[in-house]
Amino acid sequence: MTLVLPIVIPLFTAAVLLLAPARPLLQRWIAFCGSCAQLVSALVLFLQVQAAGYVVAQIGNWAAPFGITLVADVFASILVVAVGVVGMAVCGASFAGVDPRREAYGYHPLLQVLLMGVAGAFLTGDLFNLYVFFEVMLMASFVLMALHRTNEQVAAAFRYVTINLMASAVFLTALGLLYGDAGTLNMADLAGIWPARSEPVLDLVLAMLFLTAFGIKAALFPFFFWLPAAYPLPPAPIGAVFAGLLTKVGVYALVRVFSLLFSHAPWPLTVLLWMSLATMVIGLVGALSQRDFRRVLAFNLVGHIGYTTIGLSVGTPGALAASILYVVHHILVITTLFFVSGVLLQLRRTTDLAALGSVYRDHPGTALIAMIPLFSLAGLPPLSGFIGKMAIVQGTFGAGFYVAGGIVLAVGLLTIVSIARLWQEAFWKPAPRPAVASAPALSLMVPVSALSLLILGMTVGAEPLFQLTTRAAGQLLSPQGYIQAVLGPGLGR
Amino acid sequence: MELVFAIVSGVLYATGLYLMLRRRLAQIIIGLGLLSNGTNMLIFTAGGLTRSNPPVIPSGALAPVAPYADPVPQSLILTAIVIGFSVLAFTLVLAHRVHQSLGTDDVDDIGTESGR
Repeated sequence: MTLVLPIVIPLFTAAVLLLAPARPLLQRWIAFCGSCAQLVSALVLFLQVQAAGYVVAQIGNWAAPFGITLVADVFASILVVAVGVVGMAVCGASFAGVDPRREAYGYHPLLQVLLMGVAGAFLTGDLFNLYVFFEVMLMASFVLMALHRTNEQVAAAFRYVTINLMASAVFLTALGLLYGDAGTLNMADLAGIWPARSEPVLDLVLAMLFLTAFGIKAALFPFFFWLPAAYPLPPAPIGAVFAGLLTKVGVYALVRVFSLLFSHAPWPLTVLLWMSLATMVIGLVGALSQRDFRRVLAFNLVGHIGYTTIGLSVGTPGALAASILYVVHHILVITTLFFVSGVLLQLRRTTDLAALGSVYRDHPGTALIAMIPLFSLAGLPPLSGFIGKMAIVQGTFGAGFYVAGGIVLAVGLLTIVSIARLWQEAFWKPAPRPAVASAPALSLMVPVSALSLLILGMTVGAEPLFQLTTRAAGQLLSPQGYIQAVLGPGLGR
Repeated sequence: MELVFAIVSGVLYATGLYLMLRRRLAQIIIGLGLLSNGTNMLIFTAGGLTRSNPPVIPSGALAPVAPYADPVPQSLILTAIVIGFSVLAFTLVLAHRVHQSLGTDDVDDIGTESGR
């Protein structure tokens, strides 16, 4: 029952929003309350998973490989809580950051549908169902992107739609081939029968198709180019929810599929390792070449996706736990920073670094709060980014991947340079022109402050959090528990 | 029979991808449509082509008459067709918007970096 709630609540909220009168304030409050409810249901689910290890629901009481299964392990439940947090922050920020035209054309219901798709993708135990939730999420994001006015934004939306539909077609191709051979798409059932088969050719084809499809969604190295073109354009709340959640669904799908299906074949993980490293280097080098706050953020987002997949490719519990910790950290930090870009846009009417400046002198409080996510992304001690990066370095060196560990360290340095430049250009240096607004809107500063507090909380509570992600990694690396929980003791083949 | 289906599906993939690499929006959209149809064809073929009975239990019996066709690939395709159809409709509207606001249907003319 609790498994269904994080998916059904946003759907219900979206329906209410469509039926309710189109008064902006009313819509905002309904959306905000819906997101609060989703967060509460996600927290309840999280506590249940903590107690039981796995929570499983068979929809319509159809036994596991035949019906649709919903299943939450520790990894999925952490991410669903993150969805709730980001959803609440975005709905809170919508009180300030969205133009009236966008609100009139269904911004609030679409956002709820997007949250439903993301939560569903994290909770489903069936690969075809994962595809369906991908499409739900993408459709909502397409419309949110395409609600734009300017030519540039419409053109970017078209590219975003095309590349994502291509990824979906690749994913569906892989599903067709997989079903044709295995006769099931239930993840637990597949995990039980697939690694025992010895079909290297089909393994090769499937692994590459999955890597391409999820690589496009997660914005990994050869497929990342669409992200910096698309994400900097929408207004801050939409950019924040896209940056925080959508790429992480790709990362989640990679972790889930590769830990369940290809645990016996090491070479797809080697490919993934080099893709992750290339993503880090290219993302951060790209960030250094940009002259706009949001574009620097977008390239930082790409670069740090590499950190979230490297743990999977190294494959030891320590490294995977570190990467999961990094996913959580990255969701919070990048969401907050897109909100900060909204604050800057409000104060200066631009996010071009050359035109920004003196935010620290004019608004010291805002600058101090913005410091927390910025320097957490940079990985300065003692903030959560430092802890995540240190765990990843320990994981890679501990597993004997010395070159990879060295590249991780070097990229960490590049991140510091890129963030220091952001700080210097946007906050320190004297502004070339005066501020437009006297103070940032409170409804944008409240989510930024709340998320910054959460980031500080992650720093303080790093030890229990790391134990949590270690448990999640342990579950992912030994899928027997997952298979048992879904199929039951007697039903496995 | 599988061979014919495989070739048809492959041709659909190839033409779809070729059209998606073209510069006109209309061609890209037709390419998307062909690609999704090629995928449906592939699922249909991979699910197994058999001359057999429908997977429906006759009245009075307890099981369908063997050999029967696997219903799952068909339901997968049905879902994929519905999703593909709605996505295609949305892409058409979006392309119309692009054409309306930019007055061109050439992707090279709507570049974000080069256009300014």
